[in-house]
Amino acid sequence: MSRDWPLWEIFVRSENGLAHKHVGSLHAADAQMALQNARDLYTRRNEGVSIWVVKSSDITATDPAESDAFFEPSEDKTYRHATFYRVPDGVKHL
Amino acid sequence: MYTSISDGIVEGRGDEREEAFNERLDRSIKVEPDDWMPEAYRKTLVRQISQHAHSEIVGMLPEGNWITRAPSLLRKLILLAKVQDEAGHGLYLYSAAETLGTSRDDMVEALLTGKAKYSSIFNYPTLTWADVGAIGWLVDGAAIINQIPLTRCSYGPYARAMVRICKEESFHQRQGFDVMWKLAHGTPEQHAMAQDALDRWWWPSVMMFGPPDSASPHNAQSMRWKIKLFTNDELRQKFIDQTVPQAEQLGLKIPDPDLRWNEETQHYEIGPIDWEEFYRVVKGDGPCNRERMQTRNDAWNDGAWVREAAAAYAEKHAAKERAV
Repeated sequence: MSRDWPLWEIFVRSENGLAHKHVGSLHAADAQMALQNARDLYTRRNEGVSIWVVKSSDITATDPAESDAFFEPSEDKTYRHATFYRVPDGVKHL
Repeated sequence: MYTSISDGIVEGRGDEREEAFNERLDRSIKVEPDDWMPEAYRKTLVRQISQHAHSEIVGMLPEGNWITRAPSLLRKLILLAKVQDEAGHGLYLYSAAETLGTSRDDMVEALLTGKAKYSSIFNYPTLTWADVGAIGWLVDGAAIINQIPLTRCSYGPYARAMVRICKEESFHQRQGFDVMWKLAHGTPEQHAMAQDALDRWWWPSVMMFGPPDSASPHNAQSMRWKIKLFTNDELRQKFIDQTVPQAEQLGLKIPDPDLRWNEETQHYEIGPIDWEEFYRVVKGDGPCNRERMQTRNDAWNDGAWVREAAAAYAEKHAAKERAV
């Protein structure tokens, strides 16, 4: 058996004005081949106008086991949301 | 991104983590690749997803048989697009399985050595052009019924792959029905060809949903884990109820003398399924098992130089860039 080609994560922009979105992954020998394979695999039906490929091993991600602690600081700050504030009756455009 | 392979159950903490895992499942929170999961959940999913991927890949062969002999240029284009989709489905699924920590090479090796199974339906031959229609209509029709619930399964990457697949499958089913419709409404010879294809593909399609619930010991655990949402028999019934009227509309006869409508249950009832045949094909003695495995092995071996050349090219260019 051969050695696996590296794994690439694929991001597709479906139309100008929208952000690239992760759609899946694939194997390819290099970035150019990853782009061509991504076109054939993820945009066979006009799903995209632009593709990014990133080597999976180059992505740094948060650790799910630590996510409670990691995201905790934003949990108890309800005053950061507009809905926290009561709007007095009759006040408009607020 | 998918580098952290679960370290298994740490002593004394296993139950606690498993409880938390089950509790999240109950709240319909999806499991994502790096989340902790029970080893058995991981193993079951790797087996299920990789077998599904293998089925898509081997599934290209029966239809590929007719690409050069499609009856018109349009039918040829459609069939090419469909077979290309099947390759795509295999790749989406292999990628989903890899997020669980298995490698592509390991999965390919399991298929090529016969260690891994794929759907038995693809061990039947495509003798006439009508078989291409019957496969799209029946086999892809059955696959859709199997797969639509899986778009809601508990494992995120698998569910997302199924969403893409289901969208494309509906094209597959319709083009198959369209082939059957044209033949069924064509000359008497064409009609007979369509009937012959239905005669041969009906029972294998009914068997695609797997053994009856009474003989499926893994159902309960997989349903608890939400990687199976309906039982084999429930899905099979759905397929029968939806397909029998379509056969009538085609003017074709389902090859089952016991088939009848039950007014009380509002379901069709079928005659006994020949499970002997099913297990014979699963075990490797179907009409085309050996041929399929040989074709896959030849394709892999004949493509080895391409994989090696691409890797060498990539390495050479990477070295050049490093030197700049």
